[in-house]
Amino acid sequence: MTINWFKFASPAAFYPIAGRLIPWFSGIALALVLIGLFWGFFLTADQLGGSNPQKEYYRIIFVHVPAAWMSMWLYLVLAGWSAIGLVFNTRLSFMMAKAVAPTGAIFTFLALWTGALWGRPSWGTYWDWDPRLTSELLLFFLYIGYIALHSAIDDTRRADRAAALLAIVGLVMVPVIFLSINCPDPNQCAALHQRSDPGSIHLSILIPMLTMTLGLWSYSFAAVFARLRTIILTRESDNAWVRDVIAQEASA
Amino acid sequence: MMAFFSQGGYAGYVWGAFGMTFGLLLIEVLQLRSSRKTTLTRIRRLLRLRAPRQASTEADRQRGTSGPTS
Repeated sequence: MTINWFKFASPAAFYPIAGRLIPWFSGIALALVLIGLFWGFFLTADQLGGSNPQKEYYRIIFVHVPAAWMSMWLYLVLAGWSAIGLVFNTRLSFMMAKAVAPTGAIFTFLALWTGALWGRPSWGTYWDWDPRLTSELLLFFLYIGYIALHSAIDDTRRADRAAALLAIVGLVMVPVIFLSINCPDPNQCAALHQRSDPGSIHLSILIPMLTMTLGLWSYSFAAVFARLRTIILTRESDNAWVRDVIAQEASA
Repeated sequence: MMAFFSQGGYAGYVWGAFGMTFGLLLIEVLQLRSSRKTTLTRIRRLLRLRAPRQASTEADRQRGTSGPTS
Protein backbone atom coordinates (compact mmCIF):
# COMPACT_ATOMS: atom_id res chain seq x y z
CA MET A 1 0.00 0.00 0.00
CA THR A 2 1.34 3.37 -0.90
CA ILE A 3 0.33 6.49 0.92
CA ASN A 4 0.29 9.78 -0.85
CA TRP A 5 2.05 11.83 1.80
CA PHE A 6 1.53 15.02 -0.11
CA LYS A 7 -2.18 14.67 0.54
CA PHE A 8 -1.49 15.33 4.24
CA ALA A 9 0.79 18.21 3.28
CA SER A 10 -2.25 20.34 2.61
CA PRO A 11 -3.13 22.56 5.58
CA ALA A 12 -6.83 21.88 5.02
CA ALA A 13 -6.25 18.13 5.31
CA PHE A 14 -3.94 18.30 8.30
CA TYR A 15 -5.98 20.77 10.35
CA PRO A 16 -8.67 18.22 11.43
CA ILE A 17 -6.06 15.44 11.87
CA ALA A 18 -4.06 17.62 14.26
CA GLY A 19 -7.25 18.49 16.08
CA ARG A 20 -8.09 14.83 16.63
CA LEU A 21 -4.53 14.01 17.80
CA ILE A 22 -4.22 16.80 20.38
CA PRO A 23 -6.42 15.20 23.11
CA TRP A 24 -4.56 11.89 22.75
CA PHE A 25 -1.13 13.46 23.07
CA SER A 26 -2.30 15.63 25.97
CA GLY A 27 -3.71 12.64 27.82
CA ILE A 28 -0.61 10.50 27.27
CA ALA A 29 1.60 13.42 28.33
CA LEU A 30 -0.34 13.98 31.53
CA ALA A 31 -0.33 10.28 32.44
CA LEU A 32 3.38 9.80 31.75
CA VAL A 33 4.43 12.95 33.59
CA LEU A 34 2.37 11.98 36.65
CA ILE A 35 3.85 8.47 36.65
CA GLY A 36 7.35 9.88 36.18
CA LEU A 37 6.95 12.40 39.00
CA PHE A 38 5.47 9.85 41.38
CA TRP A 39 8.23 7.36 40.66
CA GLY A 40 10.97 9.98 40.82
CA PHE A 41 9.85 11.51 44.10
CA PHE A 42 8.56 8.51 46.04
CA LEU A 43 10.12 5.35 44.68
CA THR A 44 13.76 6.38 44.24
CA ALA A 45 16.39 6.74 46.95
CA ASP A 46 17.04 10.12 48.57
CA GLN A 47 20.75 9.97 47.88
CA LEU A 48 22.75 8.87 44.94
CA GLY A 49 26.37 7.81 44.57
CA GLY A 50 29.08 6.59 46.91
CA SER A 51 31.77 8.70 48.59
CA ASN A 52 30.47 12.09 47.46
CA PRO A 53 26.75 11.48 47.25
CA GLN A 54 24.33 13.53 45.22
CA LYS A 55 21.63 14.38 47.72
CA GLU A 56 17.97 15.11 47.08
CA TYR A 57 18.77 17.77 44.52
CA TYR A 58 19.69 15.03 42.03
CA ARG A 59 15.92 14.73 41.45
CA ILE A 60 16.30 17.73 39.17
CA ILE A 61 17.54 15.11 36.67
CA PHE A 62 13.90 14.15 36.07
CA VAL A 63 13.20 17.47 34.38
CA HIS A 64 16.71 18.55 33.41
CA VAL A 65 17.63 15.67 31.11
CA PRO A 66 14.22 15.43 29.39
CA ALA A 67 14.19 19.21 28.83
CA ALA A 68 17.72 19.14 27.41
CA TRP A 69 16.90 16.22 25.11
CA MET A 70 13.71 17.89 23.91
CA SER A 71 15.59 21.15 23.28
CA MET A 72 17.96 19.36 20.88
CA TRP A 73 15.34 17.07 19.35
CA LEU A 74 12.90 19.91 18.67
CA TYR A 75 15.68 21.84 16.99
CA LEU A 76 16.25 18.89 14.66
CA VAL A 77 12.51 18.85 13.95
CA LEU A 78 12.53 22.61 13.33
CA ALA A 79 15.47 22.39 10.93
CA GLY A 80 14.03 19.26 9.29
CA TRP A 81 10.67 20.90 8.46
CA SER A 82 12.53 24.01 7.33
CA ALA A 83 14.60 21.93 4.91
CA ILE A 84 11.55 20.05 3.61
CA GLY A 85 9.79 23.39 3.15
CA LEU A 86 12.68 24.84 1.19
CA VAL A 87 13.06 21.75 -1.02
CA PHE A 88 9.41 20.90 -1.76
CA ASN A 89 8.02 24.40 -1.20
CA THR A 90 5.18 22.96 0.91
CA ARG A 91 3.34 25.55 2.99
CA LEU A 92 2.51 23.18 5.83
CA SER A 93 6.19 22.36 6.44
CA PHE A 94 7.01 26.00 7.10
CA MET A 95 3.99 26.31 9.40
CA MET A 96 5.16 23.20 11.25
CA ALA A 97 8.64 24.70 11.69
CA LYS A 98 7.16 27.94 12.98
CA ALA A 99 4.91 26.03 15.39
CA VAL A 100 7.85 24.07 16.86
CA ALA A 101 10.08 27.05 17.66
CA PRO A 102 8.43 28.49 20.81
CA THR A 103 8.09 25.09 22.47
CA GLY A 104 11.73 24.35 21.65
CA ALA A 105 12.81 27.67 23.10
CA ILE A 106 10.91 26.94 26.31
CA PHE A 107 12.61 23.56 26.73
CA THR A 108 16.03 25.08 26.03
CA PHE A 109 15.43 27.72 28.68
CA LEU A 110 14.24 25.01 31.09
CA ALA A 111 17.36 22.92 30.46
CA LEU A 112 19.50 25.94 31.35
CA TRP A 113 17.37 26.93 34.34
CA THR A 114 17.16 23.48 35.89
CA GLY A 115 20.85 22.96 35.11
CA ALA A 116 21.73 26.13 37.02
CA LEU A 117 19.65 25.03 40.02
CA TRP A 118 21.41 21.69 39.95
CA GLY A 119 24.85 23.19 39.42
CA ARG A 120 24.63 25.43 42.47
CA PRO A 121 24.38 22.68 45.11
CA SER A 122 26.56 20.13 43.30
CA TRP A 123 29.30 22.25 41.64
CA GLY A 124 28.96 25.33 43.82
CA THR A 125 28.01 27.60 40.93
CA TYR A 126 24.88 28.46 38.97
CA TRP A 127 26.76 29.06 35.78
CA ASP A 128 30.08 28.20 34.22
CA TRP A 129 31.33 28.88 30.70
CA ASP A 130 31.66 25.17 30.22
CA PRO A 131 31.41 23.99 26.57
CA ARG A 132 28.06 22.30 26.93
CA LEU A 133 26.45 25.03 29.00
CA THR A 134 27.67 27.62 26.54
CA SER A 135 26.53 25.67 23.50
CA GLU A 136 23.10 25.10 25.04
CA LEU A 137 22.89 28.86 25.62
CA LEU A 138 23.72 29.41 21.94
CA LEU A 139 20.95 26.97 21.02
CA PHE A 140 18.55 29.15 23.04
CA PHE A 141 19.72 32.20 21.09
CA LEU A 142 19.17 30.29 17.83
CA TYR A 143 15.56 29.59 18.75
CA ILE A 144 15.08 33.24 19.72
CA GLY A 145 16.82 34.29 16.51
CA TYR A 146 14.50 32.09 14.43
CA ILE A 147 11.40 33.52 16.11
CA ALA A 148 12.68 37.11 15.91
CA LEU A 149 13.76 36.84 12.28
CA HIS A 150 10.43 35.31 11.32
CA SER A 151 8.43 38.05 13.00
CA ALA A 152 10.70 40.80 11.65
CA ILE A 153 9.77 40.07 8.01
CA ASP A 154 6.23 41.07 7.05
CA ASP A 155 5.87 38.94 3.95
CA THR A 156 5.04 35.46 5.27
CA ARG A 157 6.66 33.53 2.43
CA ARG A 158 9.90 35.48 2.65
CA ALA A 159 9.88 35.18 6.45
CA ASP A 160 9.40 31.41 6.15
CA ARG A 161 12.34 31.01 3.78
CA ALA A 162 14.73 33.33 5.59
CA ALA A 163 14.03 31.81 9.00
CA ALA A 164 14.27 28.30 7.52
CA LEU A 165 17.74 29.07 6.21
CA LEU A 166 18.78 30.34 9.64
CA ALA A 167 17.45 27.16 11.23
CA ILE A 168 19.45 24.96 8.83
CA VAL A 169 22.68 26.93 9.34
CA GLY A 170 22.15 26.71 13.09
CA LEU A 171 22.00 22.94 12.81
CA VAL A 172 25.78 22.85 13.34
CA MET A 173 25.10 23.58 17.03
CA VAL A 174 23.27 20.32 17.75
CA PRO A 175 26.23 17.91 17.31
CA VAL A 176 28.42 20.42 19.15
CA ILE A 177 26.14 20.27 22.20
CA PHE A 178 25.65 16.55 21.97
CA LEU A 179 29.37 15.76 21.59
CA SER A 180 30.40 18.23 24.26
CA ILE A 181 28.15 16.34 26.66
CA ASN A 182 29.02 12.89 25.37
CA CYS A 183 32.65 13.67 24.73
CA PRO A 184 34.29 10.95 22.61
CA ASP A 185 37.63 11.41 24.37
CA PRO A 186 37.23 12.61 27.96
CA ASN A 187 40.92 13.60 28.12
CA GLN A 188 40.35 16.25 25.50
CA CYS A 189 37.34 17.95 26.96
CA ALA A 190 37.81 18.99 30.54
CA ALA A 191 34.26 19.72 31.56
CA LEU A 192 32.21 19.77 34.69
CA HIS A 193 29.21 18.17 33.15
CA GLN A 194 28.77 14.43 33.43
CA ARG A 195 28.32 12.26 30.37
CA SER A 196 24.77 11.23 29.72
CA ASP A 197 25.34 7.49 29.54
CA PRO A 198 22.05 5.70 30.17
CA GLY A 199 23.93 2.44 30.89
CA SER A 200 25.60 3.87 33.97
CA ILE A 201 22.41 5.19 35.56
CA HIS A 202 20.55 3.18 38.14
CA LEU A 203 17.31 1.73 36.82
CA SER A 204 15.17 3.47 39.45
CA ILE A 205 16.50 6.78 38.10
CA LEU A 206 16.50 5.82 34.45
CA ILE A 207 12.88 4.66 34.29
CA PRO A 208 11.26 7.84 35.67
CA MET A 209 13.68 9.93 33.60
CA LEU A 210 12.67 8.16 30.39
CA THR A 211 9.01 8.29 31.41
CA MET A 212 9.27 12.04 31.86
CA THR A 213 11.08 12.34 28.53
CA LEU A 214 8.28 10.50 26.70
CA GLY A 215 5.73 12.59 28.61
CA LEU A 216 7.33 15.87 27.59
CA TRP A 217 7.71 14.56 24.05
CA SER A 218 4.00 13.83 23.94
CA TYR A 219 3.34 17.26 25.43
CA SER A 220 5.44 18.81 22.65
CA PHE A 221 3.30 17.10 20.02
CA ALA A 222 0.13 18.47 21.62
CA ALA A 223 1.50 22.00 22.05
CA VAL A 224 2.98 22.14 18.54
CA PHE A 225 -0.22 20.84 16.92
CA ALA A 226 -2.30 23.35 18.88
CA ARG A 227 -0.05 26.19 17.73
CA LEU A 228 -0.02 24.79 14.20
CA ARG A 229 -3.82 24.86 14.04
CA THR A 230 -3.88 28.54 14.97
CA ILE A 231 -1.18 29.30 12.39
CA ILE A 232 -3.12 27.39 9.71
CA LEU A 233 -6.35 29.28 10.49
CA THR A 234 -4.55 32.62 10.42
CA ARG A 235 -2.83 31.99 7.12
CA GLU A 236 -5.76 30.30 5.38
CA SER A 237 -8.49 32.61 6.67
CA ASP A 238 -9.46 33.58 3.11
CA ASN A 239 -10.20 30.02 2.06
CA ALA A 240 -13.65 28.47 1.88
CA TRP A 241 -12.75 25.49 4.06
CA VAL A 242 -11.88 27.77 6.98
CA ARG A 243 -15.36 29.26 6.70
CA ASP A 244 -16.88 25.79 6.99
CA VAL A 245 -14.65 24.92 9.95
CA ILE A 246 -15.61 28.10 11.77
CA ALA A 247 -19.30 27.50 11.10
CA GLN A 248 -18.97 23.94 12.42
CA GLU A 249 -17.15 25.00 15.56
CA ALA A 250 -19.69 27.71 16.25
CA SER A 251 -22.50 25.15 16.19
CA ALA A 252 -20.54 22.58 18.24
CA MET B 1 5.30 14.97 54.75
CA MET B 2 7.61 17.79 55.84
CA ALA B 3 10.55 15.70 54.71
CA PHE B 4 9.01 15.55 51.26
CA PHE B 5 8.59 19.32 51.05
CA SER B 6 12.04 20.13 52.41
CA GLN B 7 13.81 17.68 50.07
CA GLY B 8 16.70 17.27 52.52
CA GLY B 9 17.21 21.03 52.72
CA TYR B 10 17.36 21.48 48.95
CA ALA B 11 13.73 22.57 48.59
CA GLY B 12 14.63 25.82 46.81
CA TYR B 13 16.62 24.06 44.12
CA VAL B 14 14.32 21.09 43.59
CA TRP B 15 11.02 23.03 43.68
CA GLY B 16 12.60 25.90 41.76
CA ALA B 17 13.43 23.50 38.93
CA PHE B 18 10.10 21.65 38.91
CA GLY B 19 8.09 24.80 39.55
CA MET B 20 9.64 26.69 36.66
CA THR B 21 9.15 23.69 34.36
CA PHE B 22 5.47 23.16 35.04
CA GLY B 23 4.83 26.88 35.45
CA LEU B 24 6.18 27.62 31.98
CA LEU B 25 4.32 24.68 30.42
CA LEU B 26 1.10 25.89 32.05
CA ILE B 27 1.68 29.39 30.70
CA GLU B 28 2.29 27.92 27.25
CA VAL B 29 -0.98 25.96 27.38
CA LEU B 30 -2.95 29.03 28.52
CA GLN B 31 -1.31 31.16 25.85
CA LEU B 32 -2.16 28.58 23.16
CA ARG B 33 -5.79 28.52 24.30
CA SER B 34 -6.16 32.28 24.32
CA SER B 35 -4.45 32.73 20.95
CA ARG B 36 -6.78 30.13 19.43
CA LYS B 37 -9.76 31.95 20.86
CA THR B 38 -8.53 35.32 19.58
CA THR B 39 -7.91 33.91 16.12
CA LEU B 40 -11.35 32.30 15.93
CA THR B 41 -13.04 35.54 17.07
CA ARG B 42 -11.10 37.59 14.53
CA ILE B 43 -11.92 35.27 11.63
CA ARG B 44 -15.59 35.12 12.67
CA ARG B 45 -15.75 38.91 12.67
CA LEU B 46 -14.14 39.00 9.21
CA LEU B 47 -16.70 36.50 7.94
CA ARG B 48 -19.59 38.44 9.45
CA LEU B 49 -18.38 41.61 7.75
CA ARG B 50 -18.44 39.79 4.45
CA ALA B 51 -21.60 37.76 5.06
CA PRO B 52 -24.33 40.48 4.85
CA ARG B 53 -22.93 41.62 1.52
CA GLN B 54 -23.12 38.10 0.16
CA ALA B 55 -26.63 37.65 1.55
CA SER B 56 -27.86 40.87 -0.03
CA THR B 57 -26.38 40.07 -3.45
CA GLU B 58 -28.14 36.72 -3.20
CA ALA B 59 -31.44 38.46 -2.44
CA ASP B 60 -30.86 41.00 -5.20
CA ARG B 61 -30.20 38.25 -7.69
CA GLN B 62 -33.49 36.62 -6.82
CA ARG B 63 -35.34 39.87 -7.25
CA GLY B 64 -33.38 40.64 -10.35
CA THR B 65 -32.39 44.08 -9.14
CA SER B 66 -28.63 43.66 -9.10
CA GLY B 67 -25.74 42.34 -11.05
CA PRO B 68 -24.85 42.78 -14.67
CA THR B 69 -27.93 43.47 -16.80
CA SER B 70 -27.43 40.90 -19.49
